[in-house]
Amino acid sequence: MNEQALRTEVLATLNDIAPEVDGDELIDDQPLRNQVDLDSMDWLNFLIGLHRKLGVEIPESDYAQLTTLARVLEYLKARLP
Amino acid sequence: MFEFKLPSLGADMDEGTLLDWKVKPGDTVRKGQIVAIVDTSKAAVDVEIWFDGVVEELKVSTGERIPVGTVLATLRELGAESPPLPVPPRTSASPPRISPAARKRALELEVDPLGVTGTGPGGAITLADIEQAAAQAPAAEMPPPPPSPPAAHAPAPVKTDRQVEMRKAIAAAMSLSKREIPHYYLAETIPMARAQAWLTATNAGRPITERLLMAVLQLKAVAMALRQFPELNGHYRDGSFQPTPAAHLGVAISLRQGGLVAPALHDVGDKPLETLMGELADLVKRTRAGSLKSSELTDATITVTNLGEQGVEVVHGVIYPPQVALVGFGRISERAWVENGALSLIPAVIVSLAADHRVSDGHRGALFLTELRGWLQQPENL
Repeated sequence: MNEQALRTEVLATLNDIAPEVDGDELIDDQPLRNQVDLDSMDWLNFLIGLHRKLGVEIPESDYAQLTTLARVLEYLKARLP
Repeated sequence: MFEFKLPSLGADMDEGTLLDWKVKPGDTVRKGQIVAIVDTSKAAVDVEIWFDGVVEELKVSTGERIPVGTVLATLRELGAESPPLPVPPRTSASPPRISPAARKRALELEVDPLGVTGTGPGGAITLADIEQAAAQAPAAEMPPPPPSPPAAHAPAPVKTDRQVEMRKAIAAAMSLSKREIPHYYLAETIPMARAQAWLTATNAGRPITERLLMAVLQLKAVAMALRQFPELNGHYRDGSFQPTPAAHLGVAISLRQGGLVAPALHDVGDKPLETLMGELADLVKRTRAGSLKSSELTDATITVTNLGEQGVEVVHGVIYPPQVALVGFGRISERAWVENGALSLIPAVIVSLAADHRVSDGHRGALFLTELRGWLQQPENL
């Protein structure tokens, strides 16, 4: 999966949780949860969605790394099966 | 014979629109069965019946706007003699027969089922009919959408009727609360180190789909603490308080388009955390999708709200009538803590109680918060 396809998948997963988000408006290196109103249930559902679509295991101890869209993409890219 | 009336689906609802019947004359219904879908300011509500019987006559047809208390249907008791002929429902307009999945899809695609010709059994509208109608609609009836304006100049989204209705409904319920309920407020700082450590250790061994959220521990702890404090759990109606043995916690859920709903999570004290987690996830999902059951809108015996994730320290709650208490959780954050003469840094949360002085006093409210604190120090027992 190339970077553009990965980004599309991640934004689609985010849109399942927060349909109002326009992916083009997100700033990649700014904290995601400051830009999108996600509570812990939304966040968990977002990560579950990524896990299901991409087959990537995301231990809870890694949540703290996943602050920005750029970091989420980087994290997933390194772990794609 | 008895009548089934449109129940009040909360202090802030006085009417609804019948979207669909799920039963027909002659059907046997059981307590808890969904018999109709009624649209309200909060959601399309699956209305459950609370007795067993056989449907005799449907008194309201789909599309009718009806006040609370309207007789929806007449039923006879199970085993009672059947009338000579089942009476067909009174119809003001011929209501379309449509499957729930097709109705949901119609809402998503903004297709009016009244304009769709059904191809299913008996002329029922199917999912395929709706999708076909949606595919045809833009070409046939609608001008092409205007080009999207640049994002920076995007107009504020137009509020839907439901949002306007919901704002009115919240205004009515909260005005009633502030007018009639003599609130008192208490707050307690509760250490969360044990709960956090337990949750981290528990989740570390689980796949992501089985992990728990702190919110679930908090809800269970509230339900366990309530067992000793019946005066905080129940309903105040017609000048007197009726405590409820079970703790049905109304969980305040904010909607992405604005507004909130606090549907009931049933029997929280009796369920393991894993069950509660699954039910909470489902409840949040359905609340945001606008699909709730009538019991979820009427059964809550106390409300729990968690505004900590938005960053607030402490919540000063407004009680949702006819309930008599609300528990509010603030943000879990590191705080300087003194215990046994030693200063340390621990995660803690300020938990508040807003309660009805007609039913309880601050002394008991304070003891409740102490009990709640105790439960949050023994997460393994939740």
